[in-house]
Amino acid sequence: MTSSIATPSHSPPPKTRARSHRSVPARLLVAPSVIALVLWMVVPLAMAIWFAFQRYNLLIPDNREFVGFANFAYILTDPALWISIGITLVLVVSVLAITIGLGTLCAVLFNQDFAGRGIARVLAISPFFVMPTVSALIWKNMLMHPVNGLFAQITRGLGLGAIDWFADFPLLAIIIIVSWEWMPFALLILLTAIQSLDADQMEAARMDGASATQLFRFVVLPHLSRAIAVVAMIETIFFLTIFAEIFVTTGGGPGLATTNLAYYIYLKALLEFDVGGASAGGLIAVVLANIVAIFLMRSVARNLDT
Amino acid sequence: MHLFRRASRRARGLVAFLIGLLLVQLVNACSAGPQAGGKTRLTIATVNNGDMVVMQDLSSHFEADNPDIELRWVVLEENILRQRTTTDVASQGGQFDVLTIGSYEAPIWARRGWLRSLDGLPADYDVDDLLDPIRTGLSYEDTLYAVPFYGESSMLYYRTDLFDEAGITVPQNPTYDQVAEWAEQVHDPENGVYGMCLRGKPGWGENMAFLTTLVNTFGGRWFDMDWNPTIDTPEWQNAVNYYVNVMNQYGPPGASSNGFNENLALFSTGKCGMWIDATVAAGLLSNPDESQVADVVGFARAPVESYPNGSNWLWSWALAIPETSQSPEAAERFVAWATSKEYVQLVAEEYGWVAVPPGTRKSTYANPNYQAAAPFAEIVLNSIQSADITNPSPEPTPYKGVQYVDIPEFQAIGTQVGQRMAAALADNLTVEQAIARSQNVAERFMRHTGYIE
Amino acid sequence: MASNTSTRWWIPLLGWLVACLLFFPIFWMFITSFKTEVAAVATPPQLFFQPTLENYVAIQERASYFTFAWNSVVISLGATILALLLAIPAAYAMSFFPTKGTKGTLLWMLSTKMLPAVGVLVPIYILARETGLLDTRIGLIIIYTLINLPIVVWMIYSFFKEVPKEILEADRMDGASTFQELRHVLLPLALPGIASTALLSIILSWNEAFWSLNLTTFDAAPLTAFIASFSSPQGLFWAKLSAASTMAIAPILIFGWVSQRQLVRGLTFGAVK
Repeated sequence: MTSSIATPSHSPPPKTRARSHRSVPARLLVAPSVIALVLWMVVPLAMAIWFAFQRYNLLIPDNREFVGFANFAYILTDPALWISIGITLVLVVSVLAITIGLGTLCAVLFNQDFAGRGIARVLAISPFFVMPTVSALIWKNMLMHPVNGLFAQITRGLGLGAIDWFADFPLLAIIIIVSWEWMPFALLILLTAIQSLDADQMEAARMDGASATQLFRFVVLPHLSRAIAVVAMIETIFFLTIFAEIFVTTGGGPGLATTNLAYYIYLKALLEFDVGGASAGGLIAVVLANIVAIFLMRSVARNLDT
Repeated sequence: MHLFRRASRRARGLVAFLIGLLLVQLVNACSAGPQAGGKTRLTIATVNNGDMVVMQDLSSHFEADNPDIELRWVVLEENILRQRTTTDVASQGGQFDVLTIGSYEAPIWARRGWLRSLDGLPADYDVDDLLDPIRTGLSYEDTLYAVPFYGESSMLYYRTDLFDEAGITVPQNPTYDQVAEWAEQVHDPENGVYGMCLRGKPGWGENMAFLTTLVNTFGGRWFDMDWNPTIDTPEWQNAVNYYVNVMNQYGPPGASSNGFNENLALFSTGKCGMWIDATVAAGLLSNPDESQVADVVGFARAPVESYPNGSNWLWSWALAIPETSQSPEAAERFVAWATSKEYVQLVAEEYGWVAVPPGTRKSTYANPNYQAAAPFAEIVLNSIQSADITNPSPEPTPYKGVQYVDIPEFQAIGTQVGQRMAAALADNLTVEQAIARSQNVAERFMRHTGYIE
Repeated sequence: MASNTSTRWWIPLLGWLVACLLFFPIFWMFITSFKTEVAAVATPPQLFFQPTLENYVAIQERASYFTFAWNSVVISLGATILALLLAIPAAYAMSFFPTKGTKGTLLWMLSTKMLPAVGVLVPIYILARETGLLDTRIGLIIIYTLINLPIVVWMIYSFFKEVPKEILEADRMDGASTFQELRHVLLPLALPGIASTALLSIILSWNEAFWSLNLTTFDAAPLTAFIASFSSPQGLFWAKLSAASTMAIAPILIFGWVSQRQLVRGLTFGAVK
C-alpha cells in the first residue's frame, strides 16, 4: 500500500539500530491481537477436532461415542458437499465479477461532475448500509415475490406473466441480491481511487489524442488495479460465508440449488444438530478457506507491500 | 498539519465520550440478575403467530394478578425459534423459563430429561378437559410434559363463491380424485385465481407435513419395522406424482417457496380456489379484519385417497418448562394460566369467540358461543379426534406421529427429503430422481446415526 | 474534466438513473411501511396513497424498539473501540518493525475470517455459557471484536504504511518513546484512515445477524433479533415488515449518509491509493 501522497519516493528503510532497539516492544504490541485471534481460532478449532471424531448429536447425547473418521467419510461421500462447494465458488466468482465490473463503471460515472452528484452518490451507496437480513426480506417479499412482488406486478401488467425467481432462477436471484448489497462497496472504494488519479496525467493523455475508451483502458484501469485487488479480497472474505441472504430467501433450495458451504454446515449444525458431522464439515471448510486464502493472497499480497 | 490536529481533538472528545458511555453500560449490565427489583423474571420464547401475539397482549392481566412476576418475551420466527431453543436446552444454557415447543419435540425432549413434568398442575386447571389426542401427543410415559396452547389438524378450505359458480357441491369427506377435478374447474390464472394452494417450502414442518399425510393416505410410510426407509415405494411415487402434477397444473407461481404463512396470505387475498392446511387457519380466514374472503370460505375434512387415518395431521403448539429454568414455580403458574379455561374466556371477552385458541379443550367446543362464532368448530374437532398418532399408515410403523416420525433424526431427514420434493415441484428434478435421492439421503442418515447397518 | 461535462448531456441523466435504481428497493420499503396492509399488496402497486402510521404503532406495541436499538448501538461501538485498541498497536508494530513473519501473520489473520461461523456454534455456545456471557452485551462485543479484528488490523496497517517514515525518524531522534510516537505523531496523521476503519467496523457489527441471534435472548438482543420476530408472521404482513425493516436500518443508514464523506476521505488517504 505505498503511495505518493507525501513522499515522492520510498523512504529508506529504518536504521538497523532503531529496529533492533524496538523489535522487542514491537512484538509485544502485536501480541494482544495475535493472542486474541489465536484463542478465537484455536479453542473452537480444538473443540471441533475433538467433536469431529465422535458420533455426537445434540439431541441424542446417550448415543455419543468415538467413531474415528466416520464423520469425515460421511461428509466427504455426501454429494451435497461437493455441490455446495461448487455453488460457493460460483457465487463468489460471479458476484465478484458483477460488483467489480459494474462498480468500476459506476465509479467512472460518479467521478463526472453533474448536478446533484453528492446526493446521487449517497443514494447509490446506501444499499451497503442495509443489514443482509433486511435486504433479503425486501427482495424476497416486495420485489421478487411471484404474486405480490413489484417485478411480477409490472411484468404481468405488461402481459408477460410473472417470473418465479426463487424457484426458476434461485441462484441468480441470490447473486442479484448480494451484488446489490456489495456493488456500492466496490463503487465507494473505486471512486475514491479514481478521485486520486492525477488530473494532469489524464489531461496529458487526452492531449495525445487518446479516446475515452483508451483513457479508461490504459490510464484509469491500471491506476485502479490495486484498489480492485483490495475490493476483491475484502469481498471474497465475506462472499465465502454468505448466509443470511440464503437463509431468508430460498433456504438453500429448491433442492440444493442455493446451498453453499456455509449453508450446508448450517444444515448439519442447526437442523440436524449433528455436532460431529458439522465439526467435520467445519474442518473441511477450514481447509477450503485456506486454499482460497492462498490463491487470493498470491494475487493480493503483492499489493500488501510492494 | 493543523487540519489533522483539529480533527484529532474533536475525535478525542468523541472517543472519550463513547468509552465513558460504554463503561456505564457495562456496569449496568453486570448488576442485572434474574431477581432484579424483587421480581421473578420469566423469559418466554414464542413464535410470532397470531395466537401467540394475542397471548402477549393479554399477559398484562397475568402480570396484574401476579405482581411478583415480570414477563420477558422473546418472539422469533418458527425456524429460528426452534434452533435457538434446541441449542439452549440441549447444551443446558438456561436462557429460557418457558419454551414454545411442538408435539414433535415434547416427548423427545422429555425422554432426555430436559423438561419438567407438569403432573402437579392445580385441580382447577382440569387436565382431563384437554382433548385426548393432543394430551397424548404431549406426554411421555403417561406423564404430561407440556400443556397445549393450541392444537390443530389439517382440513380443506375452498371458495364457496367459485364452487357455486362452477356448480360443485363439496361433500363432508372429499377424496383426492375429486379435489384434482375441482382444482381444474376453478383454476383461473388470468383472473389471479389458482386452483390449488399447497405447501411447497422445504422443511419437515412445512411441505413434508402435508406430503406425509398425502403419502399416508396413499398407503405409504416413512420406515418399515426395521427402520429401513421406504421412500422408493410405489405408494410414495403415486403420492408425489399426484402432488407435483396438481401443483404444476393448478398451483400458484412460486409454490416451492410457499409455506403456511405464504399460503394463508394467498388464500386470504382471494388467490386460491382450494387450500389444504392447518385447521388454525379457519379462524384467521373467517376474520374479516385479516381476510378478504371471510364470507366465502368453505370448510371440509382433509381429502382421503385410500386409507383415511393418516390423511389429516395432528399438531399442537405447547408451553413447556425446561429443567434449567431458575424459576420453575413461577413458570408453572404462567403456563397454567396461558392454557387455562379462564384464558379462553379472557380471549373471548377481549377478541371475540372466533379468536380463542382452538384445538385444546373439550369445554371450548362444548360452548354454544364458540359453536355459533366458529362454523368450522365441528370439522376441526372431528379432525383432531380422528387423528391417530399410533396408526398413521395402513402398514405397521415403528414410530408414532401422523405427519412426523418421533425420533430426533427426523428433522434432518424430513428437511432433506423436503428439499428434494421442492426441487421436484420446481421442475429441477423429476419425481423419480427426487424419490431416489430422498431414499439415498434417508438411508445414509439412518446408517450414520446407527439405526441400520 | 469539467470542461467536457456540458457536452455530454446524458451523464447526469445516467448518474441519477443508476442512483435511483440502486436506491429503489429501500425507497419502496420505506413507502410501503406507510401503507395499510391491504394497500401494500394492491394491484397495481400504489405510489400515491393515504399514509398511515399504524404499522409503526403496532410494532412498537409488540416490541420495545429502543431497547433493541440501544443494544445495537452499544454493541457495535463497543466492538469497534475494542478492536481499535487491539489493532492499533499491532498494526503499528507490523508496519514499522516488520519481521519475516509479519506478512504471514497478516494473511493468517485474514484467513480466520473465511470460516463459516455455524460450524463452531455449539462449542462457542457452551463456552459462553461457562463464562456467563450468554445474552450479555459484553459477550457479543467480544465476538464482534474478534470477527472484525483481522480487517481492522489490515486496514490500519495499510494506513500506517502511508505515513512518511522520516517524520517518525525525526521524532525518535528527539528521544520520544514508543507510546509518545504513537500518540502524538502517528495517530493524528492516520486519523482519517482510522476513522473510516471504525465506520466500516460499526457498519459490519450493526448488520451481523448470526451470532446476535444465537447468543442473545432478551437483555442483549440487538436490532437483528428485532427483525427476526417480524420476518414471517401470519397473513398480510408486508406493511408491518416494511415498517420493522425501516426501523431496523434507519439508524445505520442515516449514520452512513452522514459519515460517508469521512469514509471516502479516509479511504483516499490510505488503503486504496
